[in-house]
Amino acid sequence: MNAAVIIDRRRVLAGGGALIVSFSLGSALAQQQEAPAAAAPSPPGSLKTSPYLDAWIRIDADGVEVFTGKAELGQGFKTAFQQIAAEELDIAFESLKVTTADTRLTANEGYTAGSNSMKDSGTAIQNAAAQVRALLIAEAARRLGLSAESLRTADGAVIAPDGNRLSYGELVAGDMLHVQAQPTSKLRAPATFKVIGRSVPRVDIPTKVTGGAAYVQDMRLPGMLHARVVRPPSYGAQLTECDTAAVEKLPGVVKVVRDGNFLAVVAEKEFQSIKAMNALAAAAKWKESASLPKQDNLLNVLTSLPSQDTTIFERSNPAVAAHKTIEATYTRPYQAHGSIGPSCAVAQFIDGAMMVWTHTQGVFPDRQGIAEMLRMPPASVRLIHVEGSGCYGHNGADDAAADAALIARALPDRPVRVHWTREQEHAWEPFGPAMVTKLKASLDGNGRIADWNFDVWSNTHSMRPGGAGSMLAAQHMAQPFAVPAPRPLPLPEGGGDRNAIPFYNFPNARVVHHFISAMPLRISAMRALGAYHNVFSIESFIDELATLAGADPVEFRLKHLDDQRGRDVIEKAAQAFGWEPDQKPPPDRGYGFAFARYKNLAAYCAVASEVEVNRETGRPRLVRAAAAVDSGQVVNPDGLINQIEGAIVQSMSWTLYESVTFDDTRITSIDWQTYPILRFNSVPESIVVHIIDRPGQPFLGSGETGQGPAAASIANAIANATGKRLRNLPLTRKRIKEAIDA
Amino acid sequence: MMTLKVNGREHQVDVEADTPLLYVLRDDLKLNAAKYGCGLGQCGSCTVIVDGKAVLSCVVPMVLLEGKHITTLEGLGTIAEPAPIQRAFMEEQAAQCGYCIPGMMMRAQALLQKNSKPTDEQIRAELEPHLCRCGTHMRILRAIHRAARLMDTADASPAASGSAR
Ligand code: FES
Ligand code: FES
Repeated sequence: MNAAVIIDRRRVLAGGGALIVSFSLGSALAQQQEAPAAAAPSPPGSLKTSPYLDAWIRIDADGVEVFTGKAELGQGFKTAFQQIAAEELDIAFESLKVTTADTRLTANEGYTAGSNSMKDSGTAIQNAAAQVRALLIAEAARRLGLSAESLRTADGAVIAPDGNRLSYGELVAGDMLHVQAQPTSKLRAPATFKVIGRSVPRVDIPTKVTGGAAYVQDMRLPGMLHARVVRPPSYGAQLTECDTAAVEKLPGVVKVVRDGNFLAVVAEKEFQSIKAMNALAAAAKWKESASLPKQDNLLNVLTSLPSQDTTIFERSNPAVAAHKTIEATYTRPYQAHGSIGPSCAVAQFIDGAMMVWTHTQGVFPDRQGIAEMLRMPPASVRLIHVEGSGCYGHNGADDAAADAALIARALPDRPVRVHWTREQEHAWEPFGPAMVTKLKASLDGNGRIADWNFDVWSNTHSMRPGGAGSMLAAQHMAQPFAVPAPRPLPLPEGGGDRNAIPFYNFPNARVVHHFISAMPLRISAMRALGAYHNVFSIESFIDELATLAGADPVEFRLKHLDDQRGRDVIEKAAQAFGWEPDQKPPPDRGYGFAFARYKNLAAYCAVASEVEVNRETGRPRLVRAAAAVDSGQVVNPDGLINQIEGAIVQSMSWTLYESVTFDDTRITSIDWQTYPILRFNSVPESIVVHIIDRPGQPFLGSGETGQGPAAASIANAIANATGKRLRNLPLTRKRIKEAIDA
Repeated sequence: MMTLKVNGREHQVDVEADTPLLYVLRDDLKLNAAKYGCGLGQCGSCTVIVDGKAVLSCVVPMVLLEGKHITTLEGLGTIAEPAPIQRAFMEEQAAQCGYCIPGMMMRAQALLQKNSKPTDEQIRAELEPHLCRCGTHMRILRAIHRAARLMDTADASPAASGSAR
């Protein structure tokens, strides 16, 4: 009933012409479609918002092209999408071309974030490709006067029983693919997959390892100029004085651009722009104000700021009585994305139209922001995604795009490349927010968890553009745009409360999200958002409770978990690690375990680790880790393993070493000396990742699933090695040493 | 005008003497592999080989390079004919974003030219100046071990080595 109404509305919205093609598509697919699910009349993944098949697949005489509105960020999904399309279209992998996010060419898929690319775009491409293949078969049947069932496809062609071949290019005419997707598709059976499920080598790697142009940083357009920005020394600093005359006379300098507190210099050559930037920085006088909180007192700072409190989960079973109760507080500092290649963008302003090449995660929302900043209609602004250095969330990419656009507008016709300095990236990127969690739980008489209380204090975890006010250039202009009011990200995905609700089965539980709207430091989305700290807290505290119960950590987790896929992942990781109840690690070593289902609705991941602690210095070292992951149907196993390996190594670096530092006015962690991260002397001996494949199940994504479990697993191993529980991130050698000596 | 020998070819470049090599490679010679990561000698992404030694090109001014032989990743091989180190990184799929990788490869190449059978410990020690934010370290190590084996077999079989042709 409900479904019928919605379908009707869609028909009306689609208009007469689309209605007809929609019907013809319907009949082409009629034989093959499963009965449409009553409650799910809209097509899956991003087809919901971009339903036309030719938004995803375009075929002409030159070949077949696949489009995604997502941005390749080094996760390798461009290769995975190509695999999916090749499989469903029945065409050679090599013959496909994949085009990524471009406001002129691709669907608007919002942000490439939240490990959603496979779920949104992968699913859309899979279904679009399957439906395109059905249309091509139907068209061949019509032309040949044969039944669709008698035809098959192979290698980009429809083949008749007599061997007659009609290539896809021959079959597509006019707007044939400009039809709306049907709610369901006849997908290929996983047992027959030829490309999905194989570790196809990544398409981008050969260029990257031979010095090809692979990044926006490598772009060189004819006549391109080099720009550098001079950022204020601290948040809110006002430019009081700047004599630009001397800088304008420096060799190669084309222009100094000043707009309020926004200051930049443009030169013919790159190093000339750097020298000019230094001269300009020396000439600029700023008025600063001391506005930053006390770095060593974040716990009190955060919990005493006004917060908007929401109970996001409550369950009660008064029949279960508490015997022993413990509580603990965990903290996470501000942490930096710290891309190895600082943010960069190229922009060109010609005839009133702005083009920006950027490594943003969201070309469409970023276009919106830039258009607003420049007071231009969005249609006159085009953003094209070009890969950058790995970003792990919202780093300086969008800001650099805005910088480039603002500078390029002042120099019509010539392309302008802006590259941030290391120090600018470290000081000005929006950090991963600091967080506090307070936990309190009890065991019942049988050593099971009887009640569970979880309170999390956090800022929002996304200040991404949409409006101009999210971008530094717009904030610094003479007529500035205000930073938009922060909003909590809605559940079930959540932001600060991402993964705050326990995935375990506790008879009594209460989870409160304390959303803090004041943002003393500039923050935004960093890989896994709140899940990193929430999983670290939950999985550390589970171990504290296991210790209290005298139970093995793995068994204790299984005892509280009903979800079968979760159990499988835990058992697989434990087995791969060689986990044994009552195991004794070698002296000064410890074993740790942790598990989470990312966002409680995406991929499952468990990590077991062995950590060595030097009792003299406190220095921790991850010796080895074994992980298991269930990400639904696996498209590229090696790509998935690469993501999880990377997540464990990166999370280890966050967990052991990293915190943004600041005094009362300035960010003081401004390079790799002042913001140390993992180096090769601390790289583990081995990391093994086991995949539990789920053929035919939805894609669950993987980019962020490992961060939380890796952190807690390492923390638990340190506790196991030292007998001391550390609850404040990062778990530095100094803190470990103090705990050992305490 | 200065003369710079890069990847076996001489180039006349018109730059100021204090310009770090990195900008000359990227801006004047239009080479991509050496990357700007920090400009401070802290991350290794700008590494190239100068007279057989791995060097951080972001902190070496042109004035020190007269007459020296510079090799960048572009000079080792191509997609069609990759050098052993390039083949090894492809075969191990040793990249996520890949931004740090060219620098790592040049450091590894310099090491393998001196020491064709480095231990795991020697490789780790050698790579100490290099940062990777994506956490690709395990694969980078595997790729360098693989490159050592590939170079070994390349030396052993004259048909496969470039100089034989
Ligand atoms: S760019 Fe040269 S060491 Fe970082
Ligand atoms: S692969 Fe991205 S920084 Fe190393």
